[in-house]
Amino acid sequence: MSEDVYIIGAGIHPFGRTDGRSGREQGVFAVREAMADAGLEWTDIECAYGGSAAAGSADIMVNELGLTSLPFTNVANGCATGGSALVSAQMAIASGFYDLALAVGFDKHPRGAFNAKPSDYGLPEWYGQTGMMLTTQFFALKIQRYMQLHGISRTTLGRVAEKAFKNGTITPHAWRRSPIDLDTIMNAPMINDPLTKYMFCAPAEGGVALILASEKKMKELGAHGVKIAKVAVKTRPPDSFEVFQAGVSIKEGGKPTVLASQAAFEGAGIGPEDIDVAQLQDTESGAEIMHMAENGFCKDGEQEEWLANGWSEIGGKLPVNTDGGCLACGEPIGASGLRQVYENVQQLRGRAGERQVEGAKTGYSHVYGAPGLSAVAILQS
Amino acid sequence: MGALAPVDPDLWSNDGEPHLMGGRLPSGEIVFPMPQGEAAKDVEPVKLSRHGKLWSWTSQGFLPKEPYEGWGSGENEGPPDFKPFLLGYIELPGEVIVESRIVDATLEKLELGMPMEFCLAPFSDTHCTFAYRPEKSS
Repeated sequence: MSEDVYIIGAGIHPFGRTDGRSGREQGVFAVREAMADAGLEWTDIECAYGGSAAAGSADIMVNELGLTSLPFTNVANGCATGGSALVSAQMAIASGFYDLALAVGFDKHPRGAFNAKPSDYGLPEWYGQTGMMLTTQFFALKIQRYMQLHGISRTTLGRVAEKAFKNGTITPHAWRRSPIDLDTIMNAPMINDPLTKYMFCAPAEGGVALILASEKKMKELGAHGVKIAKVAVKTRPPDSFEVFQAGVSIKEGGKPTVLASQAAFEGAGIGPEDIDVAQLQDTESGAEIMHMAENGFCKDGEQEEWLANGWSEIGGKLPVNTDGGCLACGEPIGASGLRQVYENVQQLRGRAGERQVEGAKTGYSHVYGAPGLSAVAILQS
Repeated sequence: MGALAPVDPDLWSNDGEPHLMGGRLPSGEIVFPMPQGEAAKDVEPVKLSRHGKLWSWTSQGFLPKEPYEGWGSGENEGPPDFKPFLLGYIELPGEVIVESRIVDATLEKLELGMPMEFCLAPFSDTHCTFAYRPEKSS
């Protein structure tokens, strides 16, 4: 027996760069926003789950929020930190043990591409010494092959970025708030062919907090909640092709995103055609394109038509990355997956302002990251 | 390349015609690189094919951060000293798809499935690594 779980409060610290404010302080800011949104005090929160990749432990937040003795679990799960915090908070309530839980993610990264140590990923030192320990290369290598196999053009990559920056202009929590035209995107310096500078997101800062409640508690509070239909987290299956792989199997394996997506749709009892708004991992332009197909929203190759016709724009048949995604918001790892959920909560409560998707009732969010893991959350109003 | 030290002495076979070293798992599956330490138990080292097909490719246009040790990474060096390079995945038929530097090529000339051959290439003033290049006949 498990109970339905609702998100009744959502808070965000604007993404981007905030000098003089630590990652954790940005997390605390988001928690306070979420509590105000839900009309709750910190003393009401019964348990908490959260983390960051590079900005320290979440449980220290009690210094600022209050020493209420609540159980606060640190989550360290790379790009799935937010997703895993959300799943943990959901399970705490679904199990019937708690009625109010917090999921929080925050981060603050140095400028420039992420740098990773080969040994942390079980790789030999030569992999890093010779210049292969870069996530950006993986995304370029994956989309390059995909473009060759499925006829995706460079212009389509550019259109994804153009859409992201356009959506960023109408999103208060976005980092990049100015439009960038297609020509500028296409002619920007090449980072890893076929991806130019404006087609990649950048490491950034930010914090997101969500307050989850049981149905009983939500009614008691008279809160306006969004139901978590299903959250699914999956790590990579055999023979898959992921970031930081010196050798790939010649057998074509499965994909963590496909597994997480299928599990989420199955758990929610709905299909891709039922989704009104989607937030898909867009570490770079190609990722959004491939993730449209991996999550079941179109067939391989159809993205060319989608982007040319604006079907994934706000107002299109399935708006994708309505707040500008990682491209316009940047990627603070611990907060990024929860930002997508935050955006869907705003959309489903009709509070997304200029970027509101008319009549959005079902929202889908998807995060992907190293070393090959994916988290999908489906929300219903 | 005689003067340059290999980036890793076990990465390729050190004989007249060097081959990249992979490992054969008990299941028969071939992996790259050859596992090290306890993970190497029951894994038989195998010389991988010197010939393969281009599976994907990209360029590296900016100076990587640590632990990169190629041109541009030295104490008194910076981005102007960096030499952009090409890299990709080469499918070694029936074996494994390996990530490798690509040399003696330009982006415009690369095509999915084109024949590639093994070679060694410098990546700093002191060290070399393995690479694949388009087969001369292609």
